[in-house]
Amino acid sequence: MTDTSMTPPAPGIRTFDYGSDEAQARVKRRYQTEARFKLYGLLAVLFAGAFVFILLADIVRKGMPAFFEHRVVLTLDLDASLIDPTGRREIDALRNGDYNKIVMDAWRANFPEVTQRAERRRLEALVSSGAADDLRAAVIRDPALIGQKIRFPILLSDDADLHFKGLSSRISSAPGTGALDVKINGREVELSGSGQPFAAILADVKAGLMQDAERIGAELARLPASQQGGNNAALDARRIELAQRVAELRRRAGDVGSAETIDFSSMPSRIVRAEGASIRLQEIGASSAKGFLLVAPQREISRIDSWTVATFATPESNRKASDADIAWLETLNGRGAIEKAFSTRFFTSGDSREPELAGIRGALIGSALTLLVTLMVCLPLGVGAAVYLEEFAPKNRFTDILEVNINNLAAVPSIVFGLLGLAMFLNFFGLPRSAPLVGGLVLALLVLPTIIIASRAALKAVPPSIKEAALGVGASHQQAIFHHVLPLAMPGIMTGTIIGMAHALGETAPLLMIGMVAFIVDIPQAITDPGTVLPVQIYLWSDLPEVAFQAKTAGAILVLLGFLFVMNGAAILLRRRFERRW
Amino acid sequence: MSFASPMIQEQANMPEPAAAAAKVAARNVNVYYGEKHALKDVSVDIPVRAVTSFIGPSGCGKSTFLRCINRMNDTIPICRVTGDITIDGKDIYDSRLDVVLLRARVGMVFQKPNPFPKSIYENVAYGPRLHGMARSKTELDEIVVNSLKRASLFEEVKDRLQESGTGLSGGQQQRLCIARAIAVSPEVILMDEPCSALDPIATAKIEELIDELRSNFTIVIVTHSMQQAARVSQRTAFFHLGSLVEEGSTEQIFTNPKDKRTQDYITGRFG
Repeated sequence: MTDTSMTPPAPGIRTFDYGSDEAQARVKRRYQTEARFKLYGLLAVLFAGAFVFILLADIVRKGMPAFFEHRVVLTLDLDASLIDPTGRREIDALRNGDYNKIVMDAWRANFPEVTQRAERRRLEALVSSGAADDLRAAVIRDPALIGQKIRFPILLSDDADLHFKGLSSRISSAPGTGALDVKINGREVELSGSGQPFAAILADVKAGLMQDAERIGAELARLPASQQGGNNAALDARRIELAQRVAELRRRAGDVGSAETIDFSSMPSRIVRAEGASIRLQEIGASSAKGFLLVAPQREISRIDSWTVATFATPESNRKASDADIAWLETLNGRGAIEKAFSTRFFTSGDSREPELAGIRGALIGSALTLLVTLMVCLPLGVGAAVYLEEFAPKNRFTDILEVNINNLAAVPSIVFGLLGLAMFLNFFGLPRSAPLVGGLVLALLVLPTIIIASRAALKAVPPSIKEAALGVGASHQQAIFHHVLPLAMPGIMTGTIIGMAHALGETAPLLMIGMVAFIVDIPQAITDPGTVLPVQIYLWSDLPEVAFQAKTAGAILVLLGFLFVMNGAAILLRRRFERRW
Repeated sequence: MSFASPMIQEQANMPEPAAAAAKVAARNVNVYYGEKHALKDVSVDIPVRAVTSFIGPSGCGKSTFLRCINRMNDTIPICRVTGDITIDGKDIYDSRLDVVLLRARVGMVFQKPNPFPKSIYENVAYGPRLHGMARSKTELDEIVVNSLKRASLFEEVKDRLQESGTGLSGGQQQRLCIARAIAVSPEVILMDEPCSALDPIATAKIEELIDELRSNFTIVIVTHSMQQAARVSQRTAFFHLGSLVEEGSTEQIFTNPKDKRTQDYITGRFG
């Protein structure tokens, strides 16, 4: 070989100057394009990452309250005459005991001043209807408790629970100034004191009125202007009414010092607390106020030196917990009777109409049973089909069509599989409705193409030299496949299967078609029992109006995401662990 | 080579064919891959207990012919073979013959070392276990050790028989493949360019091994290296464009080729 740079270029061969300005500019442009592309990629990743983070953070924030519940710890008198009048400690008798009365007696004993029927009902509604069931379970577990007085945590209702989770109303508290004279007449209370102790509160009330006036004024301004000669009487009447209300509110707000009567449907409630008593203010003057005794003081009082005033920002009619509810709960909280605990109930109980009693156990078991059926059907069928198609089937037009169809099945909308399941398994074969058996079969149809495709890819990835080596020492074709090729493809097949199962775990639509969307309280014990699955449970809860179910929904989503992470993690681990370099 | 193993005694007891008799005889063999006529009218005798090498430029059909001898071409759906190939006078394309047993009798070593991704022991033990050659664990151990010894690999791996066969060096892997092939006591060993993926030192070891194995097995080797053919084989066949051009003793082919094409090829004028 001669040194090419020394020989002159042969005629007809073009030379090119790679150092020219034009060439340099082209290089620079190439660098710019590459840098820009890199930037786009980075931005896309950051964008996607930010969305994932926001999504997760939002779900965690909303879902965490579902994992905790609030309970009130009370001393219960387990009166034998209420639980087991015969004294024989028979389990049926223990089941029929009047536990609700025990719980409610202990609960009402906290607030003896509550005697009126409607008020008492409100008070009783703060305790969950499941509290008596908890007590029943405890007594059946340990009948020796009967006749004793025990400290027992009693589950609060969802509204009470939401109050402690800070999801009901914003409460601000301020210390009151000056001493107050107290006159209690039944539940009516008169408070008065020298030095205008209520002046600050009154000013606050008037400021609220002014804000209302402005809000209504803005609404008035938004009304369509009156038309000349128009005859829209309703609109005119509305305009007049609003104008009157604005004028009235402005007059009241401007009249500093005049007493105000609180309208609980539109104005924040104000509660005076002292000596264990809670008094809701109804008429507020600068130096005296009239109120209603929500919670009675622990001793007779005629004068209080230190007191606080709590303001519930949301008007009473706009929230589920009434002023009395909040006063009762806060009083108990002040006595240290309220405890916050991890809600094992969320994982151990089935669905319920009462948010505080609802759990995901039924859905979890339903999902497990469904996936079990799916796996039992899918894995042998899918792997068998893949081995046959990849290694044994003749390559002809028929198998080509089969292959195209399997690939297309993977793209069929899942609801179609649900319809197929409805027509085949329920209507034709008459299998039970809402059962994990049918759900599992439907999901198996859905996952089968995924597993076949993944398994075929894994089988194809095993180098043919391994099969040739086995054939070379006198193994038959089938022996070569089952002794060498299939074991080597197994990690890939498992990865595909786990991903398919994760897909099945998150599937909702086809299960709606076969009736797994029913409200089912009982936890399924077998694959033929009616049940539901986790994603359908999420779908069901997300539809319910109770605020507490929103947290349950997010909590269940967290659990589902947890399972999906674990499954995908297992798939990645398998892939890493058994990844081979040939 | 003299190992006092039952396996070898077994072989020694077999009826001895006439010294010059052909172990493998091919008559008018044609191979088609679909429309392509890959091998044209090949007739050749392969003598027993000798090394026969097939040489020729790429795509001349020598590997195709090699794979006909243990019917490895059956695994290619579009491949069609006509003509007769006999081993010890028996037609191997007879429909009554079990192709799997044929492949046990005609072992094969491939171009690229392809040990199973299992332990060294399992690599060698797979064949004997498959054919039920050992009745006990000790018998199987004996077959494995003897095979490894005869493949000149035992000394290097005796302390790590349970380690993966894929962890060995390329040359060791190829000797493991040879041990695996001889563990099932074949009569013929086919080698398809066994040294093409190896460095010169590993190649020298394999060549030495082939020379030793000659006393017990009939060996057919396909090679691209004419030096290798000259070094290890007693007979050489030259293939060109799917035809067998010339076949004879290695010495004759390399010193006094009858055909012009053979002459050109061995002197490096083409190929």
